[in-house]
Amino acid sequence: MTDYEPVIGLEIHVQLKTRTKMFCGCDLSFGDPPNTHTCPVCLGLPGALPVTNARAIHYGLMIGMAVESELAPRSIFHRKNYFYPDLPKGYQISQFDLPLCSGGRLGDVRIHRVHLEEDAAKLVHVGESGRIHGSDTSIVDFNRGGTPLAEIVTEPDVRSAEQAREWLNLLRVTLRQLGVSDVNMEEGSLRCDANISIRPVGSDELGTKTELKNMNSFRFIERGIKAEVERQTALLRAGEPVVQETLHFDPRTERITSLRSKEEAHDYRYFPEPDLVPIAITPEMLEAARAELPELPAARVERYRTTLGLSEDSARLLADRVELAAYFESVLAVDSPEPQTVANWVTELAARLDEGDPGASKVAPSALAALVGLLSSKAITVGAARQVLDKLVSDGGDPAAIVDAEGLRAMGGGDELEGIVAEAIAANAEAAEKIKGGNMKAIGPIIGHVMKATKGRAEGGEVTRLVRRQLGL
Amino acid sequence: MIDRDQVLHVARLARLQLTDDEVERMAGELSRILDHIEHISELDLEGVEPTSHVVEVANALRPDEPRPCLDREVALAAAPARTEDGFLVPSPQA
Amino acid sequence: MIELSAKQLADAIGAGDVSAAEAFAAYRERAAGDELNAFTWVAEDGEAPAAGDGPLRGVPLAVKDLFCTEGVPSQAGSRILEGYRPPYTATVVRQLAGAGAPLLGKTNQDEFAMGSSNENSGFGPVRNPWDRERVPGGSSGGSAAAVAAGLAPWALGTDTGGSIRQPAAMCGIVGLKPTYGSVSRYGMIAFASSLDQAGPLTRDVTDAALLYAHMTGDDPCDSTSVAHPEKIALPSAERLDGVRIGVPRGELTGEGLEPGVLAAFEAALDKAQELGARIADVDLPHASHALSAYYVIAPAEASANLARFDGVRYGLRRDEDEGLLAMYTHTRHDGFGDEVKRRILIGTYALSSGYYDAYYGRAQQVRTKIADDFRRAFHGCDLIATPTTPTTAFRLGEKTGDPLAMYLGDYFTVPFSLAGLPGISIPCGLSNELPVGFQLAGPAFSENRILDAAYALEQAIGFRGLTPGLTRARFDGGADDSGVVE
Repeated sequence: MTDYEPVIGLEIHVQLKTRTKMFCGCDLSFGDPPNTHTCPVCLGLPGALPVTNARAIHYGLMIGMAVESELAPRSIFHRKNYFYPDLPKGYQISQFDLPLCSGGRLGDVRIHRVHLEEDAAKLVHVGESGRIHGSDTSIVDFNRGGTPLAEIVTEPDVRSAEQAREWLNLLRVTLRQLGVSDVNMEEGSLRCDANISIRPVGSDELGTKTELKNMNSFRFIERGIKAEVERQTALLRAGEPVVQETLHFDPRTERITSLRSKEEAHDYRYFPEPDLVPIAITPEMLEAARAELPELPAARVERYRTTLGLSEDSARLLADRVELAAYFESVLAVDSPEPQTVANWVTELAARLDEGDPGASKVAPSALAALVGLLSSKAITVGAARQVLDKLVSDGGDPAAIVDAEGLRAMGGGDELEGIVAEAIAANAEAAEKIKGGNMKAIGPIIGHVMKATKGRAEGGEVTRLVRRQLGL
Repeated sequence: MIDRDQVLHVARLARLQLTDDEVERMAGELSRILDHIEHISELDLEGVEPTSHVVEVANALRPDEPRPCLDREVALAAAPARTEDGFLVPSPQA
Repeated sequence: MIELSAKQLADAIGAGDVSAAEAFAAYRERAAGDELNAFTWVAEDGEAPAAGDGPLRGVPLAVKDLFCTEGVPSQAGSRILEGYRPPYTATVVRQLAGAGAPLLGKTNQDEFAMGSSNENSGFGPVRNPWDRERVPGGSSGGSAAAVAAGLAPWALGTDTGGSIRQPAAMCGIVGLKPTYGSVSRYGMIAFASSLDQAGPLTRDVTDAALLYAHMTGDDPCDSTSVAHPEKIALPSAERLDGVRIGVPRGELTGEGLEPGVLAAFEAALDKAQELGARIADVDLPHASHALSAYYVIAPAEASANLARFDGVRYGLRRDEDEGLLAMYTHTRHDGFGDEVKRRILIGTYALSSGYYDAYYGRAQQVRTKIADDFRRAFHGCDLIATPTTPTTAFRLGEKTGDPLAMYLGDYFTVPFSLAGLPGISIPCGLSNELPVGFQLAGPAFSENRILDAAYALEQAIGFRGLTPGLTRARFDGGADDSGVVE
């Protein structure tokens, strides 16, 4: 049986986090009452004219730089003509053959282009209404209409649903760190379509593709793509053709349905938007965009791994969340503790803060640095350090003072610990016998006893060493 | 130069209903106009840049600063059909 | 008062001889008694807008219907916008109101400015005050007829392919189509965005300069607007010494050009020469293709500009109960007139898949060639002169059955429009007792030179921009001196 591989290209729409809309001065809104953020321009009133938002261009350039695009010295807007109630002018102002950014790469996927356009309004289906008879009705809310969008189109470089999901996460993290978008799929500020085809492994040709529309979570994207690849594979195996069409994935039923309407093939009749003049990118615009460009996740992962020696996992975890990375680096700046240990403890801290920013927590970077210092000098055990961290999260303060106040300083292998170990062996004779019989796994209850007695101040390795010695092993 | 079917196709793209008579008449009138227009096919325009703007201006950009929005009642005032807070239309999917 | 030009009226108001309220009331009454169907809306009695104390000093202004005016019907001559009152006012109308010109009324026009006769108005044709059985020209026919009939001291029009110059010519008044971009288009209901331009329709050149001087400006709401590099001055030239006027002789041989029009044009050229101008031939090798390019580009842009009339947010709506598609198609069928439908269809066709390159793409290339022609021509001359229109005002209904014949009336105006160049039409005489327009055009932003030359010629020609029954005309000594209405 032939083996097939998926060939997947992604199209991502990102709402930009400007203050105002793409072509008018209405402020962006989320969740405000319908039709309270409109003006003659975004309502498409007769005589109104668009004027491009400079910050949207600025954000477009930042995205282009982040994905290593070629930035067009001159780009223009086109009109994309079609009728729909959420499109007030009967055309969308978008970019066509002269986009702001062409080519590029993010991670292991090449970028085809990045262009700017305006979002459509929101259409809410209300079913039968008294006002319009005999027809289902919808209500149009133009608050969202005209929100700036960047459309990012990849080359068909993605080969699996998992890869799609991972890459989208990288994109999301990158865009968030750029500060150009909220990149929230649930709120619709990040939306993804996938063009999917399959081909026999080893083949260079592209099969017939389908377009999977508007998947609104990372999980659904992965499942949707998986389902569509399976559907296409089954078709080809059965000797049936894949039909080029637009599809919808229903995450509830996991079913894929065709969105094809009775309409004829789209003919968007693109032509240059005569109401706008060309965008000619100046050195000043490029400089301004570059100046605001943060270190991006991919570069940061690389730096953490090579110059700080972090593990791949730690590096990614920190780089994916700009606030964790910032905190991590401020801890490192306090002293010169061991980076991997700091990374581990930033991770510990992050876990206690849910999604919160450690920089805004009660744990000062100097406190975390001090905690790592206590740990490195074996002044406290890992268990004690966790207790100190809990305390820091809830109350803040100085780790050394907490250690002293709570009596958490580590016990060396002195007489006190020897005695406690002896007590523990005596209290767990059965376990001790098993250990003597060669089963080291039975040591648990004895260590538990010691830890309880020492409130976790004993160091696990030292306790094990003492147990073995006292049992004559 | 343009036949009935083409007129109907274009009218559909333009969301314009035409009666049978109108289709007939438009096909004739548009054909004569297009015949005239097609004289431009005689010109040698190899390598000539298209002009979509006569003004030599670029980057007429607007600072990202909010301006007052319309009062909702004003925005909805001219709507042929509306609810309290929105424009009412027949559903696209219906 | 009616025989005063707008400038004279402004001066009279400034001197305290006439009050702004009196002036407004007098013109309001005349406009309300309009028998030409020139107005689609006239300000209510007693609601004279507060006259600004600006340089235009309370001289009432008639405004073409397609300029949005807050709370006042702005229907662009279309049934699809019947009764529509926008929530905002066009930049240029606001500017003029700020300079002291109150809104007198809205003037009739061809629907969405598509037409050369004003017969395409959804609210009935306008009649030419020189002969009520004839058209006033279009599309700013209401504005032109109102000014020529003394129903308004001056008016705003718009010109896409000739819609100011052409009715000005047919009504015997002055019409200036400015350089594209020099007047904001914000609030002008669009026909063809890359061509539309607002301009004055006035009784004389001085009034045109005065009104235009307050219309220019770089509007932050219109990306395509640009600041005029010169301050617009009132014209004062008496001579044309050293001015080189180019005449595209090759374009004046077509059989569509009426002999009487050509004769009046030649006579005006002679006058120009007497004033010291040098007349030279210019070659515009692509001018004969301008009409074709124009009738692709303008309808293409219009097909998109008119897509917003969909029955959702304003205007007419039909058959909502039959679903969305029926609502769209029936609304647009019933709301648009024949000419608008024709142009939407041509424009949609020219942009549609498989035809774009042959039509729209080529038309834009022709536009480049035409602009090049003018650049070259203006090395050899300062201004270019042609008749404004090939014919004088024709009879109502005479061309309505032949759209192409109607389009040919734009032959002399369209080339300048495609290149975005300024041009003025001034009356230069009569042919069969109907006014003939003389078009004078120049390079971009040469309005001061055009106005000066037009002024010198106007003085030499001696034509006064009011219909004979209204004016103490000096022209030819032939018009009567008795019929001043008031």
